[in-house]
Amino acid sequence: MTELKTTPLNATHRELNAKMVDFGGWDMPVNYGSQIEEHHIVRTGCGLFDVSHMLPLDIRGENVRGFLRKLVANNVDKLQVSGKALYSCMLNEAGGVIDDLIIYFMDESWFRLVVNAGTAEKDLAWMEKMNAEWGMNLALTPRRDLAMVAIQGPDAKKVLDAAMPGADSLTETLKPFNAAALGEMFIARTGYTGEDGFEVMVLAKSAPFFWKALMEAGGKPIGLGARDTLRLEAGMNLYGQDMDETTSPLESGLAWTVDLKTARDFVGRKALEASEVTKQLVGLVLLDKGVLRSHQNVFTRHGEGEITSGTFSPTMQQSVALARIPLGIAPGEEVEVEIRDKKLKAKVVKYPFVRNGKVLI
Amino acid sequence: MSIPADLKYTKSHEWVKAEADGTVTVGITHHAQDLLGDMVFVENPAVGRKLAKGEECAVVESVKAASDVYAPIAGEVVAANDEVESSPEKINQDAYDAWMFRISPANPADVDALLDAAAYEAHVASEAH
Repeated sequence: MTELKTTPLNATHRELNAKMVDFGGWDMPVNYGSQIEEHHIVRTGCGLFDVSHMLPLDIRGENVRGFLRKLVANNVDKLQVSGKALYSCMLNEAGGVIDDLIIYFMDESWFRLVVNAGTAEKDLAWMEKMNAEWGMNLALTPRRDLAMVAIQGPDAKKVLDAAMPGADSLTETLKPFNAAALGEMFIARTGYTGEDGFEVMVLAKSAPFFWKALMEAGGKPIGLGARDTLRLEAGMNLYGQDMDETTSPLESGLAWTVDLKTARDFVGRKALEASEVTKQLVGLVLLDKGVLRSHQNVFTRHGEGEITSGTFSPTMQQSVALARIPLGIAPGEEVEVEIRDKKLKAKVVKYPFVRNGKVLI
Repeated sequence: MSIPADLKYTKSHEWVKAEADGTVTVGITHHAQDLLGDMVFVENPAVGRKLAKGEECAVVESVKAASDVYAPIAGEVVAANDEVESSPEKINQDAYDAWMFRISPANPADVDALLDAAAYEAHVASEAH
């Protein structure tokens, strides 16, 4: 067995008696007690997540924008104000999703990307390959010297302001999906929960102190278990489950992130334009008793589909899922899901299921 | 959390209690619920169902995962606890109180062959490595 990778907050989690699990090769907290309680804390108060397994990646040099125009499916020309963030897929030539990532525009010679933990090495290799192929001569720097803490929930701003006196001068004006850099500290108003919140990067050695200050200010530690139920309620895709290299973003509920309006040529565009879209990602709510899980078969009047992510929603107190099913099935229709030896009834809905603490369906 | 000395256990983490009336009560252990986390769904076998030893007969699901529950011994289901089906979290609160179902054993001596508390504790320890 290979040794698990650890974040700068590993000892902190252990002090807090977290239940640690092997999370894609990382030793991470799945919960600190009850996953459901942690879920509710984020919907009603303020939760803290160690997301340092994700990789911040700085791209510097001349014409970073030109590189990203070709590299990713969303259009970085939407980023004109320093600090503005953009969510995008990075596609392969076949139009499959190599990863989904966030791009922060800082200045024309510096963009910061945040990529998934499990895909970080693959992403970096791909980007370096394109960098060489296109003769861009950019410097790609993985920032493993940084830790990342997500502060999420209706009280996130209050907690961050209290943990860092003076921070309010920044958090007052920081709009959603924007970031600001202060030396090595990087504060972004982003998240993966459907609540207000921040993702803050600090130097690795500062992370345990920063975490403690946030806890002193009322933030509660939240494990990756609740992170998954929160993001699913918020209708946010998870790489490796809802999409991967074999799936098109157009069949993964991510058409809104693929810019086909401008003439810009990007990797995967030709394949996407030549492809026929036959499936869609929809939300499901289970009407019978049970729990929807990934890979369960879905039966519709237009043929079969599959659940990509499923769980029990602590906010709605019933089971919900994202599923890839044939086109032509509309919200409100009933479908059947095969759970063990039974076919249970589920309703197709438009997701997100929950935003800002409120059930939307 | 201690492992009650008056119960018997299986390697698949069920606990078994021999009742005075000859039936046996089955639940899942504290260790099992701890591994699974917050319970959100329980499905018990139907009363009257005949079970073979080791047969998948019930399901417990946490937020995290689904897990089968196996018949510790052969017999017929004579009762099922509706309370854990309507409130699965009772298993997290007290796994040894939140029983799942009762079996009338095909062969009462089968219970004796199950693990005792010490053997189960050793089994849990061995799985931790």
